[in-house]
Amino acid sequence: MPSPGETVPFLDPYPGRSGILSWIFSTDHKRIGMLYLWSILTMFAVGVVIGVLMRLELIAPGRTIMGAQTYNAMFTLHGVVMIFLFVIPGIPAAFGNILLPLQIGAEDVSFPRLNIFSWWLYLTGAALAVTSLFTGGGPPDTGWTFYVPFSERTTTNVSLAVVAVFILGFSSILTGLNFITTIHRLRAPKMSWGKLPLFVWSLYATAWIQLLATPVLGITVALVFIERLLGIGLFDPARGGDPLLYQHLFWIYSHPAVYIMIVPAMGVVSDIIPAFARKSIFGYKAIAVSSLAIAFAGSLVWAHHMFTSGMSDTAVMVFSFLTFVVAIPSAIKVFNWVATLYKGSIYLEPPLLFSLGFIFLFSAGGLTGLVLGSAGTDIHVHDTYFVVAHFHYVIFGGTGFGLFAAMHFWFPKIFGRMYDRKLANASWYLLIGGFNMLYFPMFIIGLMGMPRRYYDYLPMYQTGHMVSTVGSWVLVAGLVTMFWGLSKCFHGPRTVGRNPWGAATLEWTLPSPPPHLTFLDPPDEVPSPYSYEGVKRDD
Amino acid sequence: MTHKHIMPFGLLAKIWLALLALTGVTVGVASVDLGYLNVLAAMAVASTKALLVVLFFMHLKYENRALGAFVILVFVILAIFIGFTFFDVAWRPEGGA
Amino acid sequence: MTEHHKDYLGDKFGMWLFLFTEILLFGGLFLLYSVYLHRYPAEFHQAGLELSRVFGTANTIVLITSSFTVAMAISALQQGRRVLCQGLLASTIVLAGVFMVNKYFEWSAKIGHGIYPGSPELVDGPGGTNIFFGLYYVMTGAHGLHVVIGAALLGFCMLRIGQGRVTADDFGLLENGGLYWHLVDLVWIFLFPLFYLIS
Repeated sequence: MPSPGETVPFLDPYPGRSGILSWIFSTDHKRIGMLYLWSILTMFAVGVVIGVLMRLELIAPGRTIMGAQTYNAMFTLHGVVMIFLFVIPGIPAAFGNILLPLQIGAEDVSFPRLNIFSWWLYLTGAALAVTSLFTGGGPPDTGWTFYVPFSERTTTNVSLAVVAVFILGFSSILTGLNFITTIHRLRAPKMSWGKLPLFVWSLYATAWIQLLATPVLGITVALVFIERLLGIGLFDPARGGDPLLYQHLFWIYSHPAVYIMIVPAMGVVSDIIPAFARKSIFGYKAIAVSSLAIAFAGSLVWAHHMFTSGMSDTAVMVFSFLTFVVAIPSAIKVFNWVATLYKGSIYLEPPLLFSLGFIFLFSAGGLTGLVLGSAGTDIHVHDTYFVVAHFHYVIFGGTGFGLFAAMHFWFPKIFGRMYDRKLANASWYLLIGGFNMLYFPMFIIGLMGMPRRYYDYLPMYQTGHMVSTVGSWVLVAGLVTMFWGLSKCFHGPRTVGRNPWGAATLEWTLPSPPPHLTFLDPPDEVPSPYSYEGVKRDD
Repeated sequence: MTHKHIMPFGLLAKIWLALLALTGVTVGVASVDLGYLNVLAAMAVASTKALLVVLFFMHLKYENRALGAFVILVFVILAIFIGFTFFDVAWRPEGGA
Repeated sequence: MTEHHKDYLGDKFGMWLFLFTEILLFGGLFLLYSVYLHRYPAEFHQAGLELSRVFGTANTIVLITSSFTVAMAISALQQGRRVLCQGLLASTIVLAGVFMVNKYFEWSAKIGHGIYPGSPELVDGPGGTNIFFGLYYVMTGAHGLHVVIGAALLGFCMLRIGQGRVTADDFGLLENGGLYWHLVDLVWIFLFPLFYLIS
């Protein structure tokens, strides 16, 4: 006789426990994942609104809807919200929390209470970041990079903002710590390393970066805080300091951080593509190892953000070379995904569509990254819109579309209801179209010399800016359509079976939505994650 | 708790005495002027002390190999962070800082 | 919901992972130290002379001894010698107190001489000297904070042992508290020569 915990869906109240408290103090990884999901989507909405406002300002030269100082605060806020509150926690903390234990046949993560504590830290950090806008000397205007000396001198409320970043960093560290321990200790007895779904491999690699790189960010922003408080001068040339060391420390974290952002999305795509090609993943080991290789090589390239900073030419050459090395494991993944699709029996459902969008946009972002990684060309395009375009292709086109793919893949599992597939497909066209219209012109005006982070520009850039702003409206239309389609998951009878896509990883053997308690006893049989022989669709 | 490995007091005391002795050594060496070698000697002694603490006080010698490998990895990563920064600072042109 | 299964090795592994983050947190500061030592060897040499080698050595002995007592406390608990374990933990915390008191006198003497972060004497003096003392305050300050947290953690272990919730068969918490304390010692092992013996 199974207990209620093993039958009641985790979204429904556990007998005798209901209300908001059963969510915000839950130690269940699935509920914590949901908390993160709603949090990051809220923050995404905030970031999008700010982004659209910035685009609106840039539709014509001169002041349109805001002045310079407001614009500075806007791009700072857009960066901080999107990076620290949306993209970095994004896929790992939301989908990773929900799926990691399910995919390895574990009851929960290793440290459930630490898990909810990380969410509380995240919430605290988010609250402080928002508070920094309305207190002290006004919203921070440094950009999300908090570069010295400006961040030490500006009268805006940078002190509170860096405290927020410090706390968010620890939230991220604790999630990483939890995942590494979980993957090492709680795999089902028959879940060997070679049977781990590639999403789990990607979370594992990501978690190591979170664990080892984030503390460096912590101490860096702590130093900004201390400098603002005490004025020691560790980065101040007048007092013997070296401002470039701030940039080194900052990018020692923040370059690996882009792999915290992108690697989980790669894991999502690696799980989706074989399921919709009905074909085992091509190069399982290569994809798994390339995640680790990205994590490691990604830690060696940070100074390619500093080619024009005045650091030594030796460093420019070394870091430029290493940057090309890190492109290799990313390319390995792309080749393997394409090889998986080759001669597959493809059915083009929304998750696969978004994954293909990921591959296309990420490749464009990745290849333009080589233009930036090569020191000679970087000097020309450094701090221009080319960088802005590259970054958004990689992070929005990559991580963003990876997240959308994950939502369309796993929402039926999580909510037990199917979204509107027609709307999902329609939204994809709007998103891809709007995305390219928004960001591609930035490559061109960047090459023409349009610098980033200005609210004003010369008339020669106007066409590009205008196309881009109109693109932002198309993109927003796409987002609205997508969430409208997904909202069908939130109400109505739960009709989705255990395995609507006919995928082979362990979470699809559970009811949709999964019950409160899952895998109290580890599963006896562990399937090969990408072997579809004998896997029945159940929708 | 099936695999309880208890560190004997005697061994811990030996490590303690070794650490105290090494502290004496490093203070002693520091009072002799060896130029840049002073820093190297001090770091060598400190690393030896750290190794003793990690292996015995922190019990790493008796943990599984993977954990040991991870500890090495962490120090390698830290060495890379510091070392690679020197590609910049050690080759900065004079007056260009 | 059901009580989470206890995973002794997992808990210890998690603690080690946490220590890794601490190592890299201090690592950022050691990075700064290395670069500035490379840039200002003469000033670091000169400034190091102003720190009291006696205080530094005394504190090193205090911390090493406290690491020893905590390691013994774990062995004592594992052997079921609860009272001995509590005594050893108490001495560890006392040693932590001694360390902090020493630190207090050391810092106040320096501050009394006008050497404190952002002080006119440092800011208007040679850059290398200012950086040396700046790092001295930041690094020993961060370390001191860890001493306090570590001592509090060991105090919590004592409490749990007193309650009988940490025992000869279930000693994971104490072991992890001990690991944290050893890390505090580990950081000091490097701070000591870098600041007090650099001259």
